[in-house]
Amino acid sequence: MVQYSMTGFDDSFAALSDATRRGVLEQLGRADASITDLAEKFHMTLTGMKKHVGVLEQAGLVTTEKIGRVRTCKLGMRRLDEEAAWINRHRQRWDARFDELDKVVEELKRKEKVDGRKKRE
Amino acid sequence: MDARRESEPTPMKNRTTVERKSERELVVTRTFNGPARIVFEAWTRPELFKRWWVPKSMGMSLRSCEMDVRVGGKYRLEFEPDGMAFFGTYLEVTPHSRLAWTNEEGGEGGPVTTVTFEEKDGKTLLVMQELHPSKEALDAAGTGAADAMVETFAQLDELLATLGASVGRS
Repeated sequence: MVQYSMTGFDDSFAALSDATRRGVLEQLGRADASITDLAEKFHMTLTGMKKHVGVLEQAGLVTTEKIGRVRTCKLGMRRLDEEAAWINRHRQRWDARFDELDKVVEELKRKEKVDGRKKRE
Repeated sequence: MDARRESEPTPMKNRTTVERKSERELVVTRTFNGPARIVFEAWTRPELFKRWWVPKSMGMSLRSCEMDVRVGGKYRLEFEPDGMAFFGTYLEVTPHSRLAWTNEEGGEGGPVTTVTFEEKDGKTLLVMQELHPSKEALDAAGTGAADAMVETFAQLDELLATLGASVGRS
């Protein structure tokens, strides 16, 4: 179970479950920022912000790059897009099938009603 | 009372939800506006199953569909035009409430599909679970040959539409 939470979907969802981290993603969606910038914007210590960015980075939602003494953070949305696309692909297929199944169910229901009437007659 | 209910318009389309419950497990849920015995029938009678399992949007059709719905019984679906086959064995068959089968077209250790039918107030909640042997297998699900074909056909449709449009213009 511990392994599950360290990879893939659970990681992304866990990363997104925190308001500050969602705020950081929103912020990075507007512009790249250093950890110092982010710490100031969210009124946090540098250490606190480093932890949040670490969680986002592990989930593949953010990438960081150290240039000189400044670590710059930017969005790394690719993973989330991939996961959404994966779910969507499955959903489309089942949705299409089940729309057809609806029709079969409706038809069988009608048929049962007619047959029921015939039996009563 | 009954007559009035019958004349009510078809209710809104029910939502299909898809969730990756764990690394190896995909769960799809959907409610159907009919009793479990009818929905179960549509999953277990080949002539009915054929009508919905491969919707037109998939760009394929079933050449044949054989289902021996009992524990240990086999099923086999063959697609047109190339005869691609999907087959396996029923593991559980509980009329109107539960079905489980193996998917063996990819060799041994393929996913196991379990479907439950739960009736409430004349409607049926269907829960379909696909349990894959590994995370990698589930990651790759939906990217196999059949799915590639769906995408190919969708692309072909688009191409034809484009060609049709340009021919129309000239």
